[in-house]
Amino acid sequence: MPEPLIYDLGAPGRTGVQMPAPDVPLADLPTGLVRDNLPLPELSELEALRHLTRLSQLNHSILTGFYPLGSCTMKYNPIINEETARLGGFIHAHPLQPAEMMQGSLAIMYHLQEWLKEIGGFAAVSLQPAAGAQGELAGVLMIKAYHASRGQSQRNKVLIPDSAHGTNPATSAMSGYRVVEIPSDARGNLDLEALKAECDDTLAAFMLTNPNTLGLFEEGVQEAIEAVHAAGGLVYGDGANMNALLGIARPGDLGIDVLHYNLHKTFTTPHGGGGPGSGPVGVAAHLADFLPGPIVGIEEEGSEEMGPVYGWHQPPKSIGRLKGFHGQFGMHVRAFTYILMQGAEGLRSVAEHAVLNANYLRVKLQGAYKVPYDRVCMHEVVLEGRWADAPDIHALDIAKRLMDFGFHPPTNYFPLIVREALMIEPTETESKEVLDAFIEAMLTIAEEAHSTPEVLQQAPHTTKYGRMDEVKAARQLVLCCEIPREVSSEQ
Amino acid sequence: MTFVPHTERDRQQMLEAIGVKTIADLFEAVPQKFRFPKLNLPAPLTEMEALGELKGIAEANESADDLVSFLGAGAYHHYIPAGVDSILRRGEYYTAYTPYQPEISQGTLQAIFEYQSLIVALTGMEVSNASHYDGATALAEAVNMSRAIHRGARNKIILSPGIHPQYREVVHTYEDGGDLQFIGEDLDLSAGPDALIDMIDEHTGLVCVAYPDFFGRVYDYTKLAEAAHAKGALLAVSVNPTALGLLKPPGEMGADIVTGEGQPLGIPLSFGGPYLGILTTRNQYVRQIAGRLVGETVDSRGQRGFVLTLSTREQHIKREKASSNICTNQGLMMLAATTYMSLLGKSGLRQVAESCYHKAHYAAAEIAKLKGFSLKFKDAFFHEFVIECPIPAAELNLRLLELGIVGGYALGTEYPGMQNCMLLTVTELNSKEEVDYLVETLAEVAHA
Repeated sequence: MPEPLIYDLGAPGRTGVQMPAPDVPLADLPTGLVRDNLPLPELSELEALRHLTRLSQLNHSILTGFYPLGSCTMKYNPIINEETARLGGFIHAHPLQPAEMMQGSLAIMYHLQEWLKEIGGFAAVSLQPAAGAQGELAGVLMIKAYHASRGQSQRNKVLIPDSAHGTNPATSAMSGYRVVEIPSDARGNLDLEALKAECDDTLAAFMLTNPNTLGLFEEGVQEAIEAVHAAGGLVYGDGANMNALLGIARPGDLGIDVLHYNLHKTFTTPHGGGGPGSGPVGVAAHLADFLPGPIVGIEEEGSEEMGPVYGWHQPPKSIGRLKGFHGQFGMHVRAFTYILMQGAEGLRSVAEHAVLNANYLRVKLQGAYKVPYDRVCMHEVVLEGRWADAPDIHALDIAKRLMDFGFHPPTNYFPLIVREALMIEPTETESKEVLDAFIEAMLTIAEEAHSTPEVLQQAPHTTKYGRMDEVKAARQLVLCCEIPREVSSEQ
Repeated sequence: MTFVPHTERDRQQMLEAIGVKTIADLFEAVPQKFRFPKLNLPAPLTEMEALGELKGIAEANESADDLVSFLGAGAYHHYIPAGVDSILRRGEYYTAYTPYQPEISQGTLQAIFEYQSLIVALTGMEVSNASHYDGATALAEAVNMSRAIHRGARNKIILSPGIHPQYREVVHTYEDGGDLQFIGEDLDLSAGPDALIDMIDEHTGLVCVAYPDFFGRVYDYTKLAEAAHAKGALLAVSVNPTALGLLKPPGEMGADIVTGEGQPLGIPLSFGGPYLGILTTRNQYVRQIAGRLVGETVDSRGQRGFVLTLSTREQHIKREKASSNICTNQGLMMLAATTYMSLLGKSGLRQVAESCYHKAHYAAAEIAKLKGFSLKFKDAFFHEFVIECPIPAAELNLRLLELGIVGGYALGTEYPGMQNCMLLTVTELNSKEEVDYLVETLAEVAHA
């Protein structure tokens, strides 16, 4: 029995909250502007909370099970982050209060900027972007402004590997750039010759994800970056896979000019069922003046007794504001808390164990599954979910069958360059026991694919819901409940 | 504090299985000269120490909760029922990701479907997306939608000067260097929507207004919508959802796109984020809306269920042909708003809206009686209003602060010529006693 819809619960006259009556004389309501009907549901407090609690129980989540969704870094989100982000001083802080009153918030942002600079090897950081995709937009707009400032506006082309996330080409197109796709070679690296052939005076930027979405460190990264720079182009780094590089290599040292971080992947701010993300950008010195602002700087240096005084700074050639106020501040507090608990050693241990876990899965699953680019991987491993002797089985069937074993499926059908891709990112917070149980399930499924394929094709069997009819959803669009539209008389 | 569970024995067994001696051997693809940089970060803390540190930093803020506050201007203090955070704290919600696998994500999917429904009901529109970053970026997406709907034609966008200055800045950042032409921002502030009507022509793609506007004023935009439609243009209205608990929704005025800042719906101030972008439209433009959409369907067992749908609009399918690059939504903030609206419901949201309205009007009337103070505009307003003060508003704010009051937003920075103007906000959290204290204090400090 599915959980009822909110509009099918409650009864007229009920409410979940009573507000105090106004303690001031009543004013006249504006003529002609008062709504006749507010068609919201009417539930008691218990009805509303029971409904939302029951719904929550239909979710798989990190707290309830292994979630090896590739490229998403579904690691443990420390509970303490939820406490620190809700401290009274932060949660009741109004974004337009003067900086002098908000030295605590500014201190968090300042230190987070500094730490992200140090971790990524950059000269400056802005915390403003709301999510990774917005960090990308910030980066590409900065690159465009940089070229324009040097009289190089003819640079209209962005190079993007065929393994890249869809946000890369979408962002470039939003910024008015032409996208040229660069193929991958047989080892899963980008094709350096193809890249070099495009390095000319129309080149604006090369967007690089490293490790790439095959989970592999780009072996030609230095040569690629040198070629782009030699042609006058800049290198954008997609930081989606930064979890593999913490304390291992700094993108700025490699020559990347601008990179976005995903605080919700690498720095444990919760994914929240699809957001909020947070996508700070780090840049090399020549792009610092173009950062989206405002960012936090030091107004007055501190002394032994007194800390410094922080204030807002607008970078002189800023591309402007990307969202209201100061970015996803609550996420800044969480990431700050996490880095504070890790330190340099802890961060390196994070990357090391993320990579250890992925390679353990790789060696244990290869054989039963094809690993198309079979070399030491970084934080994730990509398999093919298909066999020549089980032609009716697809990656999707494997994904759905994994649910019967209590696991969230890996990312499937991405990257696009691997047929029937299964992209598995275990993260560092999963134990060997969990990985062994997952391996056993994957090996069982590989056997079933050959012996009893229908078990996979009809999966999942043990979940509360079966496969959804996605075609019906798209053809007969129903995007909201039926809402009572009648004009009510009581108002 | 480490969250890595590996024992030394685990590590050895795993390295042996992989066939390498040490973890460092796994990183040989990384150029040696850059491998294992020494990071200069503070020494790691335990949870107990970290909490102590964070508490100290938080106390360095003088937050609005410790003082009497009349500051709004796009971020509002409201009462948040305890039930909201109890739902947000459920790990099943906050540690899940985008519901790519609907069989095991029905909680998030149905919550989004209900959010879409509640927002449709509140705005009077037909389709809501699963949420956007915030009010500013949602407005920028409305501009992108207009471009997509008009297929590149009609490059003139009218931006009312009554739209939040930061929202307009974000629109410009998004569209900088594009082919769109923006007009209207320098109109006289007292002109009202009729002045916008005069600017609409056959090149106009979109007219953008706010409701209430940045100065708290409310107008019926029905005539504006008609005028826009008569010339083939669209109307986008950026709303404060609390106001819609009381006021006629823009859907009833003929708006084509309604955006807004959802923060007042149960989301704390949190120094400006994370907030919630509302983005809605008419059925006919559903294929041009940005972001995730959840639709109803059935599963293989015949049960009603929900899935992400129309994803062919989005970047992961369309890549460079997508109209927006967004992939996340504000999932958890969407859940906060859903819980808030579910708890308050029909009568609760109306009560909040009326309470704000009456308190703000009481405050405005009392301040207008003070010597040297007056209301800047004569128009109807919701819970914000502009007062003209006898001294610069920034200076007045400093004096108020000394007496424990966070004053309104000083308008001089963004609006030259309004140095003496202050935008005051009154919500249900401000008691009559607080308002009276503000009025007394204003009288006292303005002429000090």
